[in-house]
Amino acid sequence: MLAALLIVFREVFEAGLIVGIIMAVTAGVPGRGLWVSAGVAAGVIGACVVALFTGGLSQLFGGSGQEVFNAGILSFAVIMLTWHNVWMARHGRELAAELKAAGEAVVAGSKSLAALAVVVAIAVLREGSEVVLFLYGVAAAQGGASWGMAFGGCIGLVLGSLVCLATYLGLVTIPTRYLFGVTSTLIAFLAAGLAAQAIAFLQQAAIVTSLDETVWDTSWLLSDSSLLGRALHTLIGYVDQPTAMQLIVYAATLATIVVLMKLFSASPRHRPQAA
Amino acid sequence: MSEGAPVRIAVGFAALLAVAAICRAEPTRADDTTNLSITLKDHQFEPAELHAPAGKPIAIHVKNLNPIVSEFESGDLHFEKIVPVGTEAVVYVRPLQPGRYNFYDDFHHATQGYLVVP
Repeated sequence: MLAALLIVFREVFEAGLIVGIIMAVTAGVPGRGLWVSAGVAAGVIGACVVALFTGGLSQLFGGSGQEVFNAGILSFAVIMLTWHNVWMARHGRELAAELKAAGEAVVAGSKSLAALAVVVAIAVLREGSEVVLFLYGVAAAQGGASWGMAFGGCIGLVLGSLVCLATYLGLVTIPTRYLFGVTSTLIAFLAAGLAAQAIAFLQQAAIVTSLDETVWDTSWLLSDSSLLGRALHTLIGYVDQPTAMQLIVYAATLATIVVLMKLFSASPRHRPQAA
Repeated sequence: MSEGAPVRIAVGFAALLAVAAICRAEPTRADDTTNLSITLKDHQFEPAELHAPAGKPIAIHVKNLNPIVSEFESGDLHFEKIVPVGTEAVVYVRPLQPGRYNFYDDFHHATQGYLVVP
């Protein structure tokens, strides 16, 4: 029971941090509840599908199927987050300023919501597939699901969801005029961390082999397997022993997002005519 | 206008991937890789301790003979990999400094093992 509680909590906690941020990012946008829920639902279904096909997935790419798959979906999440930030840099001001054109803004805003829903789905899928595999494994070993396991899992789910709620409530206390800046920054670091994680998977599979020396070791200060370490790993990509390649990808992703945001927010006066 | 954004971002990432591909172009997976084999059985690693030389890349082949799925994981060695029942998986470890590195089954924490680099 305790094992089920711990594993479920850990995974829901990690996905919950991301979902909490995205709830805060989209606070006040009509229809966001539906999009986020759809993302969670898609993630849960995806997790079950991935868990079901883990055996087959592992055998792909010369035994590195899992790593390639993880790197792929993480990269996709990075692209979605980048696009969201760039989109907000361009339209955020209009969105906030012109409540009159709300109808129009919602239609346009839903594009960005869709990108974020994809990120939610990927976060839930990644963490959820481990939960499914673990619970299935325990159930198989016991010769069936037990009440203890279900109970532990439920407590883990509730505790993990509280983290999600706390993240959201914490972020929405930030005054609206700062919220955009804060969430854009959070999303940029989140994206950079995910990109570095994608590279770590490619290194684990020996697909990326260059620049694999460890640059520093801060495991004595904060281990990335501790709870705080895990939280920072999810949020900003903290790793206690990063490789040079991970750092380069991290910095490059961050720089790309900042440059693209600057590039696309260049003409605040510009107002595209609906054709 | 906004239609151009995803395209440009995609191009940016394609460029990044290209850089990664070029970095990769050096001789991949050098022949001096140390191959190690380990088995998961009755929730024990067999052998419980692996040995490898320092400064050379390592490949650990892990076979899961437990009746349930395992997650072969190590914080010290930076890998995590699901190993379904009855299958063999391989993880690659970057060249190491001398030391004693811990790995475990993340789905069954009592299952612990070590990689010793003299």
